[in-house]
Order: sequence, then C-alpha cells, then structure tokens
Amino acid sequence: METLQITWFVLWAVLWAVYFMLDGFVLGIGFLSGVLGKTDTDKRVLINSVGPVWDGNEVWLITAGVATFAAFPTTYALMFSYLYLALLLLLFSLIVRGVSFEFRGKVDSLAWRKGWDTAIVVSSFLPALLFGVAFGNIFKGLPMDASGHHGGLLSLLNPYGILTGLLFVCLFAVHGALYTSVKTVGELSSRAFNLAKLLWIPLLLVAVIFLGYTAYATKLYDNYLATPALFLIPGIAVLALVMVQAQMVWNKPLRAFAASCVTILFVVFTGVTGLFPNLIPSSLDPAYNLTIYNSSSSQYTLTIMMVVALIFVPIVIAYKIWVYRIFKAPVTEQDVLENHEAY
Amino acid sequence: MDVVALSRLQYAVTTMFHFIFVPLTLGLSVLTAWFETKYLRTGDELYLRMTKFWGKLFLINFALGVVTGITQEFQFGMNWAEYSRYVGDIFGVPLAIEATVAFFLESVFIGVWVFGWNKISKTTHAVTIWLVAFGTNLSALWILIANGWMQKPVGFILRNGRAEMNDFLAVITNPYGWFKFLHAVTSSYMVAAFFVMGIAAWHLLRKNEVAFFTSSFKTAAMFALLSGLAVGATGDFHAVEIAKVQPTKFAAMESVWETGSRAPMHLLLVPDEANERNAVATASIPGMVSILAFHDPNGVVRGLKEFPKEERPPVLATFLSFRLMVGLGTLMIGLALAAVLMARWKGFVDFKLFLLVMVAALPLPYLTVQLGWLLSELGRQPWIVYGVLKTADGISTSVTSLQVLTSLVGFTLLYGLLGAIDIYLLVKYAKEGPDKDLSGIISIKGEA
Repeated sequence: METLQITWFVLWAVLWAVYFMLDGFVLGIGFLSGVLGKTDTDKRVLINSVGPVWDGNEVWLITAGVATFAAFPTTYALMFSYLYLALLLLLFSLIVRGVSFEFRGKVDSLAWRKGWDTAIVVSSFLPALLFGVAFGNIFKGLPMDASGHHGGLLSLLNPYGILTGLLFVCLFAVHGALYTSVKTVGELSSRAFNLAKLLWIPLLLVAVIFLGYTAYATKLYDNYLATPALFLIPGIAVLALVMVQAQMVWNKPLRAFAASCVTILFVVFTGVTGLFPNLIPSSLDPAYNLTIYNSSSSQYTLTIMMVVALIFVPIVIAYKIWVYRIFKAPVTEQDVLENHEAY
Repeated sequence: MDVVALSRLQYAVTTMFHFIFVPLTLGLSVLTAWFETKYLRTGDELYLRMTKFWGKLFLINFALGVVTGITQEFQFGMNWAEYSRYVGDIFGVPLAIEATVAFFLESVFIGVWVFGWNKISKTTHAVTIWLVAFGTNLSALWILIANGWMQKPVGFILRNGRAEMNDFLAVITNPYGWFKFLHAVTSSYMVAAFFVMGIAAWHLLRKNEVAFFTSSFKTAAMFALLSGLAVGATGDFHAVEIAKVQPTKFAAMESVWETGSRAPMHLLLVPDEANERNAVATASIPGMVSILAFHDPNGVVRGLKEFPKEERPPVLATFLSFRLMVGLGTLMIGLALAAVLMARWKGFVDFKLFLLVMVAALPLPYLTVQLGWLLSELGRQPWIVYGVLKTADGISTSVTSLQVLTSLVGFTLLYGLLGAIDIYLLVKYAKEGPDKDLSGIISIKGEA
C-alpha cells in the first residue's frame, strides 16, 4: 500500500510538472503577446504557433486535477474548497483564455481583435501568477486545523506566495519567448530570442531569492538535509537554468527551449520532493498535515488507477509526440494569411 | 439563501450552461466526420464544403463546451468538498479515466484537424475528425458512468468513514450509467440533426446554395430519425431501470401517490403536492404506468406515500420535466419522420410552411435535453448519491454563502457574456453560408 501511495505521489508530481512545462509556454506567449506582437499579423502568428497544441496541453491540468481527486480525494476536497476564490479567479482566466483564441479572428473588426488581445494578456498572466501563489502556499503550508481553514484570498498573498508567483511568471515568460523564437521566423523570432535573453536575468534573480527564502519560509529543506543525495534535484534545476542562458549565448534557441523544459520540470520536482510525504502541510500544527497516507484512496482504487495510467499515459504521450512532429515547422506570416482555418 | 441552496443553484446554472454546448459537440462531430468521409470516398467537392461549413460551426460551439467543462471538474472540490471526500475513492475513478482516455483524444486531435489540412494526407485527416467524434462520445460515456453511480451506487462498501470501491467491474457495467449514456448521446444527436436541418431550411427558404443545403438536410433528417428511434427505445428501458432502482423518482415522474398494481396513466394530470394527491387525474389509460415501469400491466408501482416526506423529490418539477420531455421528444420523432419523407420529394425545397416549421424546431431538442437533466437530477433529490448521501451533507463546510454568492454572480455574468458572443458568432457564420472559394483549403499534401 505504501509503495502505491508513493508511486501515486510521484505520478501526481509528474502530471503537474508536465502541465507546467506544456502550458507554461502557452501562458508565457499569451501574456507576452502585447510586447512580442507589434502588428496584428504578428499576433496571429503567435496564437497560431500554439494553435494546434494548446488545447491538448491544457488537458494535463484536467488530468492533474482529477488524478488528485481519484488518488487523494481528501486533499482534492480540502485544497479546492480552501482555495475557493483563488481557484475561481484561475478558472475564469482559463475560460477566457480558451475562448479568446477561438473567437479573436472570427469577426473582422479592429476593436473586436484588440479587445480579445487584452483578454489574452490578462487571462494568461493571472493563471501563471496564481498557480505560483497556490504552490507557494502549499509549500509553506495552509493555516488549517481540526476546525478547517483560517485564511482567505488575501492571506495567500503573503511574501513567499507572491515570490513563488513571480518565479512562475518569470519561468513561463522565458519559456514562452523561447518557444516563439523556435516556432516563428524573421523579426518576430529574433525579437523573442532577445527578450528571452533579457528576461533570463530577472528569472535568475527571483530563482536565487526563492531558493534562499524557501529555507526561511518553509520546511522543504528538511527532506534534503535528511537525505543529501536529493540535492541532485534542485541541482539539475539550477544547472538547466544556467544551460538556458548558455545555449542562448551559443545561439541555439531549440536547445535553450529544451533546457527551459527541464528547468520547469525540476523546479516542480524540487518543491514536491521537499513536501513529501505531505500534499498540503498545515502551518499551524503538523498533526493536521494532509499526507499521502491520510488522504489517499483505497489500495484497490489506487491499483486500478495505476493500471489505467500505465496503459493510457504512454499512448497519450505517443500521439502527442506525433502531433508535435506534424507541426514542427515554424509558423510564418504567409501561413496565417493564406490559411482560412488559422485563428 | 444558505450555502446548500446557493451551491445547488450554481451547480444547476453551470451544468445546464455546459450542456447547451455539449450535445451539439457530440452530434455535429459525428455529422462532420460523416461529410468528410463522403468527400474522401466520392471526391465530390460539395462534401468538402459541407465538412468545412458545418465544421466551422462545430468549432465555435466546441470551444465553449470545453472551457465550461473545466468548471465542472473544479466545482466538485470547491463546492462539494464533503461529497468529494466521501465518494472520491469511487467517483474520482471514472472522471480520471475520462480525462486520460477520452479528453486527451478529442483535444489533441481537434488541433490536428483544424490545422492539419495541408500537413497530413486526406485519409489521415478524415481519421482525426473521427477520433474527435469518438473521443467526445467516449468522454460522455465516462461522465455518465460517474453520474450513473450517483443515481444507482454499486460496487462499493462503506468503510473508513467513506464509500470505497470494491468492484470496478460493477461500476463500469452499471446498467443505469449505460442507459443514461445511450439515452443522452442519442438525444444529443437529435440536437445536432435539428441544428443542421434548421439552418439548412433557413437557407432553402432563401434559395441559397440549394444543392448544398438539400444534401445537408437529407443526411441530417435520416440522422434525426435513426437517433429519435434510439432515444425512444433507450428511454423506455431507462424508465424500467428507474422504476427498479429509484422508486421515488419514478413515482414523482408520474405523480403516483398510492401503491398498486395496474397503475393507470392519466393524460390530464395536475399534482397537488401539499395534500399528497392529484388535483386532476383524468383521460386515463389503465395499467399504462405499470407497463412503463415493468413492461407488465400487473406490475406493482410504489406510490410516493410509501416514502417519508423528507425522502421525496420535488414532485411537480419532476413530473413536469418528464411530461414535457416525453411530449417534445415524441413531437420531434414525428418531425424527423416527416423530414425524411419530405426530403424524398423534390418539391420540398419550395414547401415554405414545412421549412419554416423546421427552422422553428431548431431549439426544441435543446429544451428537451435540459428537461431530461432536470428530471434526472431533481428526481434524485434529496440524495446526491441515491440512498447513500444526502445532497445537504455533501457541501463544502469551509465555504461561506458570501463566497458562493460571489462565484454564482461571477459565473452568471461571465457565462452570460460568453454565451451571447457564442450565439452571435454561430448565427453570423450560419447565415453567411458555406465558403464559395476553396483555394488554399483543398491543397492537400503532395498536390499543393
């Protein structure tokens, strides 16, 4: 049973990490689109560069959410109800972002498009920030005990929560700019590449502060101090972050993007390794920590779900790779101007 | 209002809004895939244009169905935390399978279908829309397996202060879930078929693209009739299942107060809930309710009085939802039959009255499927999981009524705005009719 619970914890972490890696660049491009896209055509190129994949990427969030529901129902129930208003804001943003992509090009009017452009920027920035704030607060622990949760929307906006939010925003910004530099051509691509180089500096700064402040604000390092070999995980995250800049200096945007993927994955792994075996610690009293042991589903359910995951997740990954290969060519201005189907 | 009432209202608003878009997605994906397959097999450009036109309307509708679906998943935890905690071990499973097995499929391949016209072969392209259609329908299956479990909980034991799954096979073969799936999916096909017929009739009234819309109409009419017959048949079996496992819902559907065999159906009936009787009950068909319940005129139907008042659903609302659903459903099957027969006659494109009726009929299936859901969910009350957990006990204890009021107002405003925009776009593109210019879209890989 314990092995199953631990395996599900790992799977849970992987689902969230993959979601952030995949939707991270869509969100990043979304909130940078005002800066990256100078013209209407630029903006169409940006949206179309993620057009074929954004919807499938968002499903990782749905899967991460329902996996929490099925594997750790008590955590799902308390996390979602405790973070009620923050999640509501997140939900509204994701809804608006989704329809913005679809609706923006459907009416031939400048005002219409400008309206949706603003919607895309706001509805992409908020999730990036809110996911960071939420995870920062989970790392830190929520003020909860036997009588429930003693915080609200504003108590989530503590310094550590905001710092983690900024970390996510910076990560996704660099990630999105790099994706753009790979998936577009000409001026737009080089503008994105230069922006990524520039944004890497605040990212590094925030990452360093985050690593330091984490020691003060959370108990994440306890696991690392108990098992120093685990420092390999944040080690990889830091190395990958440095590689992002190195590859940019060597003028290899695709490799820089790959390094950025690794960075995001290992930032998430760094956090959850520190959490283990908690899913949400209580900042009031460790007796009320939600752990993988006291909030998981039964052995029978975890086993069934593991079989389903082992069969279907590889199939999903296989066809997603196929899709990325079909659409591996950069999107050009000509593509969006000639293709009736483009956003 | 208290938290429970507000949360229920919010759930009703968000789910009913979600289900404006889902049925069209379910049915129009199949029709679009059908048109593209016809193009693939005949090479006739008319079918390509049909694929494009109906596909565009499909996409405008699809977007809203997807984004409002996210709300559904979040809401269980946000508003129904105690429910989620209590049944997550079992209820989370079909939802997780739905995401992994079905939702990925439709969401990934919709992107390939939209953007892949010049990048993959014609055959592969047609396969992608079938995968989308298959994915959406498979998605519906898992959701309805989950809902079926709330209606008729199976394969679990109460242990460790919650419901734990002990028989996965029983959960996924639950007849209630399967009847619901078959009934809901076929009625969704009716929505799509009447959508296509209504828009086609509108254009035929104006003599726009006569060949295009005649062909679309004919296919949709046949789809409507076949689905309609399936809706009737699955509905009949579903009713038998309800009588067996949810006697309170069944009794409320027909407003039966007293237990007895050979229960008659009253065509004219006015329930009087306060006095536990029917104010009017006339034009009766002897034994008909027993036949409906058990396929046997001697079957004993249990009346509402057998159950304590606090375990009965709202009788009038359940009764009306059922009556109206069946009435409208029957009307639509009749219209579908008429449409199939009419479409065989060349002159139908000039038969204005008939075309007007078909335009006017477009919203009817939408209304009918909503009534079906009202019947299903109101009729289950006061239970959230029938016989196991009361709705009021499933609420999030940490959420305040002010929070729920905030979210309810937020959802209503946001959904209202997005719904208005979506309908505006659907009307705009439906009126515009199909593209005449196919350049840039028929350059399939290798021929460009």
